Amino acid sequence: MLSIKGLRVAFRTRHGEVNAVNGIDFDVAKGERLGIVGESGSGKSVTSYALMRILDAGGRIKAGDAIYSGIDLRNASERDMRDIRGREISMIFQNPRAALNPIRKVGHQIEDVLRRHSRATRHNAKTKAIEALEAVKIRDAATRYEAYPFELSGGMCQRIVIALALACDPKLIIADEPTTGLDITTQKAVMDLVDDLVRARGMSSILITHDLGLASQYCDRIVVMKDGLIVEAGDPVELFTNPQHAYTRKLVHATPRRIGTIRSLLPEGERSDLEPHIISEKPLIDVINLSKTYQGKSGPVHAVKKISFTIHEGESVGLVGESGCGKSTTSSMLVRLLDSTSGSIFYRGEDIATLPAADFAKHPLRPKIQMVFQDATDSLNPRFTARQAIADPLYRLMGMRGDDVIERTKELAEMTGFPAHLLDRFPHQLSGGQKARVGIARALASEPDFLILDEPTAALDVSIQALVLNLLADLRSRLGISYLFVSHDLNVVRLLCDHVIVMQNGSIVESGPVATVMENPKHPYTCELLSAAPQAPERDIA
Amino acid sequence: MAARGTSVLTRIAQAIPVLFGVIVISFVLTRALPGDPAVQFAGIMATPETIEETRVKLGLDKPMPEQFVIYLGQLFQGDLGQSVSTGRPVVTELASRLPASLELTLSALILSCVVAVPLGVLAATRPGSWIDQICRLLVTMGVSLPTFFTGVMLIYIFYYLLGISPSPLGRLDFVYLDPPHVTGFFLIDAAVDGDWETWFGALKQLVLPAVTLALFTLAPIARMTRAAMLSALSSDYIRTARAAGLGSGRILYGYAFRNALLPVVTTLGMVFSFVLGANVLVEKVFAWPGIGSYAVEALIVSDYAAVQGFVLSMAFLFVFLNLLIDLAYSLIDPRFGTSGK
Repeated sequence: MLSIKGLRVAFRTRHGEVNAVNGIDFDVAKGERLGIVGESGSGKSVTSYALMRILDAGGRIKAGDAIYSGIDLRNASERDMRDIRGREISMIFQNPRAALNPIRKVGHQIEDVLRRHSRATRHNAKTKAIEALEAVKIRDAATRYEAYPFELSGGMCQRIVIALALACDPKLIIADEPTTGLDITTQKAVMDLVDDLVRARGMSSILITHDLGLASQYCDRIVVMKDGLIVEAGDPVELFTNPQHAYTRKLVHATPRRIGTIRSLLPEGERSDLEPHIISEKPLIDVINLSKTYQGKSGPVHAVKKISFTIHEGESVGLVGESGCGKSTTSSMLVRLLDSTSGSIFYRGEDIATLPAADFAKHPLRPKIQMVFQDATDSLNPRFTARQAIADPLYRLMGMRGDDVIERTKELAEMTGFPAHLLDRFPHQLSGGQKARVGIARALASEPDFLILDEPTAALDVSIQALVLNLLADLRSRLGISYLFVSHDLNVVRLLCDHVIVMQNGSIVESGPVATVMENPKHPYTCELLSAAPQAPERDIA
Repeated sequence: MAARGTSVLTRIAQAIPVLFGVIVISFVLTRALPGDPAVQFAGIMATPETIEETRVKLGLDKPMPEQFVIYLGQLFQGDLGQSVSTGRPVVTELASRLPASLELTLSALILSCVVAVPLGVLAATRPGSWIDQICRLLVTMGVSLPTFFTGVMLIYIFYYLLGISPSPLGRLDFVYLDPPHVTGFFLIDAAVDGDWETWFGALKQLVLPAVTLALFTLAPIARMTRAAMLSALSSDYIRTARAAGLGSGRILYGYAFRNALLPVVTTLGMVFSFVLGANVLVEKVFAWPGIGSYAVEALIVSDYAAVQGFVLSMAFLFVFLNLLIDLAYSLIDPRFGTSGK
């Protein structure tokens, strides 16, 4: 149905022409579900934009053919393309909230598409739009029709985007990272929905993702892309169990799953022995009946409800739950950036919950409790070089001056595997993994013994995530720090943590040693989280 | 929707303390001006006794808080005091001059919007094209040429060299009679009266000063429209709309332009505010009887009642304008008044 031959896409930039796609071939048969897997910069999204001819300014198809049902997509007129988009081929995008017009009612946005492709007239547009909303299983569709995107949750917005894409019964649907930024349970719901609709309507689909596990679960065939080229293609199980290309092997290893150790995320040749970390009996952090209540417009919002837990010296604790469960509020209170409503936080026996968060920056315990933030890009000052970012806490918290600072900065960079010759670069000149390392080095600068890691790998490619997780494990053994690892991915938590806490609606629903909770979950919510994680085909990981 | 209604009402309520603050500040400021108003009022021939007499007559011997209360009372009766230089009540002076300024400013703004907004949109849809270059040229010119220079240039070309525009002396040539007072806007009043000859006369007088001001205000509006359109066009929802096959007209006006309007409206409000104050130069060049030139004359002779009246009326206008912009915002943006905005 769709046939791509020798496709090359290039972008004009200030530094001359940059090739994003360097000649790829693939076909999509009728009813087939193809997965395109690759890490950022592999050209997988650009390929789909090229097919739809919606490349950004400066981008163009340099060579090759893209034939859809006998239509030459490369040479079709813009007018014909407009008829094809939405009616024959349509797209689901990542970041659903931004993908919808913020100031237009979602129902009207669907109507726009329906009427553009003559699927509805002015009189029945509303009915048809509501039908489209019902098709993606939106409850109370008539009310949702009137909603604006900002009034809806991320998962609901993605359903709207799907409704928009499917409104005119296209034959081929391209989903570009459709679940990035969504919770793991929402991810499963959205993927199941798309999959059901694709099968029920006999459509073909292309799923573009960086998650090999997700692709293997929802696709009939997978192509793996790297640097604008297809390195391997084949059946998902085959690809997982017997990857041929070195890059595919690396990806397969780096995909977290239920078995294996943190070292097995790394390629086979690079696995050194992990030194064990020592967990003492002494509690480092003792949280007792901690609560946080916000004053909302419609009464108080109980973000965290009387939670208690203990973190021992040297122990790593995972805090798991979906957005809105109170895990970020909890970590903000622990790191003393947010005042609690009631309850205590004992740090080595001293209650730090009574110290106002606003004054904690001057407190002698400030260097001891540090945080690594979720978004490595947003949490670095864009006007600070890597060196300045790492040195800042040395000046402010450690009172270091002169050569000591230079020495220590070098030492921290070396410790976190940040290349010393890049120290004078600004954040925008660094890759995602390098920025993550700067964030970790900065947090370690003040020699903390308790580090809160707020989804530090959420924005990273899997192979980089594998490196960063292993770095964190090494640092733990070497420095004896305790971690509170906040995440929504149980498979990642399992690899790094000794103990896990599952939160839902501000309460702890289950906690215990990682192995026990993972293998024998007690609470239904934990079971739901576990089953929502994409299941990669199992294989022997030696 | 309910949240939106409440926030609009809250916004209106918020204007009240601002207005009160403006009254206090303008009162204190004019009292802080150098020069003794009693001396000014008493005249050049005054003896110390007559000055003291005037001081008592004007109530300036009373303590400040008491003066303020008296002033407030007068204000509520619509009494802004007497102008020393003209001897007429400030209210009547302002009432006759404010429409002149507003007529000039409004027509200039409408003119510049009509040119600048489409120009900005066109420039944004074709970045780097000749229309983008023209836009850049006009913007640079508008910013860098001072209004008194463009004004004089226009007079030189169209009045002196070409002789197609009337002499730049006020709102209406002396051969016409002022139209009967309805709104104070000559164009509207003449149209209401059906006197099209006067209407054309007033229009001819208005064209040059309005174009002068429009050239000046064109720059920020065109610049902002271009920037806002560019950022709207590169956003994710435009890509969604394109991927859904929507036509380019629908994408441009239904999706991008409405989103781009928000910063444009903000800019428009700001431009309007500073032009109201800044058009004094244009008023001077074209002998336009507006409040800008009135205020400058009053300031030179320390006519403090007139200055105070001017500051107050301008401040009220600003507050009213900001209110209007926020209300326009609430119409365009459904997020207005919710936690997101």
